[in-house]
Amino acid sequence: MVNVIINGHKMNVPKDYTILKACNDLGIHIPTLCHDDRIDPHAACRLCIVEIEGMDELPTSCSTKVKDGMKIRTHSNRVRKARKDILNLIVANHPLDCIMCDNSGNCKLQEYCYEYGISEVEFKGEKKSHKIDYSNPFYYSDQNKCINCGKCVRICNELQCVGAIGFNERGFKTHIGAPFDMELNESECVSCGNCVSVCPVGALMPKVKERIRYDELKKVRTTCPYCGVGCQMDLLVLDGKIVDVKPADGPSNENLLCVKGRFGFKFLDHPDRLKKPLIKRDGKFVESSWDEAYKIIAKNIKKIKDENGSDAFAGFSSARCSTEENYLFQKLFRAALGTNNVDHCARL
Amino acid sequence: MDIYRSHVIICGGTGCTSSNSDKIEEKMINNIKDKNLDKEVKVVRTGCFGLCEAGPIVVVYPEGAFYSHVKLKDVDEIVNEHLLKGRIVERLLYKEAFSEGKLKSVNEIDFYKKQRRIVLDNCGVINPEDIDEYIAYDGYMALGKVLTEMRPLDVINEIKKSGLRGRGGGGFLTGRKWELTYNANSDIKYVICNADEGDPGAFMDRSILEGDPHAVIEAMAIAAYAVGANNGYVYIRAEYPIAVRRLQIAIDQAKEKGLLGENIFETGFNFHLEIRLGAGAFVCGEETALISSIEGKRGMPNNKPPYPSDKGLWNKSSLINNVETFANIPKIILKGSDWFREIGTEKSPGTKVFALGGKIKNTGLVEIPMGTTLREVIYDIGGGIPNNKEFKAVQTGGPSGGCLTADLIETPIDFESLSTFGSMMGSGGMIIMDEDNCMVDIARFFIDFTVDESCGKCTPCREGTKRMLEILEKITKGKGELEDIDNLESLANTIKQASLCGLGQTAPNPVLSTLKYFREEYEAHVIDRTCPTGTCKDLLSFYITDECKGCTKCSKACPVDAIEGKVKQKHIIDRDKCIKCGECISQCPFDAIIKK
Repeated sequence: MVNVIINGHKMNVPKDYTILKACNDLGIHIPTLCHDDRIDPHAACRLCIVEIEGMDELPTSCSTKVKDGMKIRTHSNRVRKARKDILNLIVANHPLDCIMCDNSGNCKLQEYCYEYGISEVEFKGEKKSHKIDYSNPFYYSDQNKCINCGKCVRICNELQCVGAIGFNERGFKTHIGAPFDMELNESECVSCGNCVSVCPVGALMPKVKERIRYDELKKVRTTCPYCGVGCQMDLLVLDGKIVDVKPADGPSNENLLCVKGRFGFKFLDHPDRLKKPLIKRDGKFVESSWDEAYKIIAKNIKKIKDENGSDAFAGFSSARCSTEENYLFQKLFRAALGTNNVDHCARL
Repeated sequence: MDIYRSHVIICGGTGCTSSNSDKIEEKMINNIKDKNLDKEVKVVRTGCFGLCEAGPIVVVYPEGAFYSHVKLKDVDEIVNEHLLKGRIVERLLYKEAFSEGKLKSVNEIDFYKKQRRIVLDNCGVINPEDIDEYIAYDGYMALGKVLTEMRPLDVINEIKKSGLRGRGGGGFLTGRKWELTYNANSDIKYVICNADEGDPGAFMDRSILEGDPHAVIEAMAIAAYAVGANNGYVYIRAEYPIAVRRLQIAIDQAKEKGLLGENIFETGFNFHLEIRLGAGAFVCGEETALISSIEGKRGMPNNKPPYPSDKGLWNKSSLINNVETFANIPKIILKGSDWFREIGTEKSPGTKVFALGGKIKNTGLVEIPMGTTLREVIYDIGGGIPNNKEFKAVQTGGPSGGCLTADLIETPIDFESLSTFGSMMGSGGMIIMDEDNCMVDIARFFIDFTVDESCGKCTPCREGTKRMLEILEKITKGKGELEDIDNLESLANTIKQASLCGLGQTAPNPVLSTLKYFREEYEAHVIDRTCPTGTCKDLLSFYITDECKGCTKCSKACPVDAIEGKVKQKHIIDRDKCIKCGECISQCPFDAIIKK
């Protein structure tokens, strides 16, 4: 532990902490657009700058570790002025169509501009102009809204380890895209959507049919049903209907999802989806109740076991079941049915 | 060894090579052969002489005849007259090298008199493509001494005692950097030479590598021994083809002689050196960006700490020094730190190489002891301002530096005094400006460079430099408002304080220093809508004065037919048509056209 003075208050914080982490733990809010706890500090957006006594420049709190005796000011006039200038610079190169932006209410830039009172565009000049890339079936990329925080690139490279996107060109022309600016559906992208989840603005957005306002949606925490990993996620619900999914910080997924969990929820409301068991009667499937279905299954199992013995059965389990469910499944076959013929689709 | 009666030294630096010194060499060798002199006269192609303004340079020894501006057609005369008949070709001699019928030695020429050549010692003397010539000038003696007589800590202490500071611009104590790398806990360590020289107009690192590549190789081996590394890289930009080629030749020759590779001097010390080519991004001169680039990643800087001495190349402790810094090392080891400290000032010992450019007579490369004043460099060495113009300011440190004005001309050049006045040493570009230079336009020029070279990682540099450029363009176009000057200053300060790397942190310096010393020029552009020096075209108008004799030359020259007038009558410029190209001014024999 080291002693630091933050905004005049003596604090005792762990010595391997960055200033940002120490402040977050102490409830001091420092704005940041490019920081993500899961990856190394990028120190690029520069919004998390703080003033440290004895230093001429304003270092970023995300990348500066606390030191014993350090005197830190997180919201001094100098810091606030620089943050305001930085926000002004971002806004000057950002389409100010918040009224119609799909990410309104969920946008970090909007939030900080409100907090720092950015009411008009101070620097008028060239703005970037890119074609929106709609080529991916699940999300679109609007580089006009991108603020080059680089989170998407780093998540894609360092956590998803796909490396589909990177920084193209440099300086003022820097933008995010696949190599040689090819369209995203031609790239290595696996559509995991983790870039979309971390985008602080509206540059990477899911293709949602409904017009939604993120601050009006209900969040429902659940476990992804697609496989046994147990990823935690938040279903975003509008009028009882799931309209989007956000990854949540579960022990097994740490805010990541795959393409199925992230985007594969539309089957829920599909008219072809089976919601009740079907039983074949007179050569045709008809809807039935679960009670009746289980009774038929149990009856037939008993009959087959009596006539042909336990090894007439084979159980084949699904990767969509959890570990616990798979355990129960093999228990059912070994203990109740008496056979070791149990297998799982993931082993194929 | 063959003995020759005469040596012809031809400059093989990039400057002279681009004015055909390679063809001059070829022709010289052929002519000498034709005259059957090839057993008597030897032609040597060396590195840069420094006096690029007088290139291509050919010096004939033993007389020491310093021929300048030599053309291909002059070769016959030099061979026939000088080499064959022993008659010096006076017409080709550099004018200062010849007075009262006598030849002056190179060191008596004003340009060289006040210089003190340590790192450029071998440039213009030895053939950089022949390791034996380097060895003949005590080459690799320092490495031998270090490996056989000194422990790594002795080497580090010697460098620390010398007080040598990084010549790449920052001025960090070299010995301290070596010590930090030595102390770093890392299983593998690397030594890297930063040869990614990118300042506009600066070419000292290129010239060192072109003229004396072995000095850098030797120094890197010494550094590797001192810090405990066995591998090194020279990161050099691909736009320096001659330097790259000579460095590769030097590395190959050193390997062949056992001065690189395994078991050097049979001491068990191994050092492997490789070249890595950069693609010419200015930001790759920043050490963390350079490391990323060697690793094959996009050349973008990373936050420091961790410093490269802790986590550098491939996350291993790495020592990065600049070319010129390295070139000092063998001399310090051989002659001792006390000798080195005697040169220069107490806090900035040694010499510094500067690339003199802009409005100065002797453009070229100069090496001066630290503490030499700007006046000595500009007037004594540089020969002053051409065309009797008045000296206005000097920009040091390239786009990262600032300008120093005429009243600071007695400032001694060292790390501290330059930064006290808002400039910096930088890598050593020195651009001289005279009364015709518009300081707003100079600031615009440098910011334009930074906008192009910003890597785009951090917001203040990526977005901020662009906005500074837009404001400066607005002012130079005569559309600026007073508040633009304040906004520019405020934005410059934020960029300086909040940017990620040295590029962004120093990018506003040209703006801030011109605002500090020449604010009235900015105000003239904004309030009076004039450019006091007549540089900013949009703020100029061309006028014909009563001096006009009606010769019609101007109206014939005007590409847009904007000048009207009858023969022998005063002409008039139609300012709506005029595109301010200046062609009329250059044609007028009576100086009757002015711009204001």
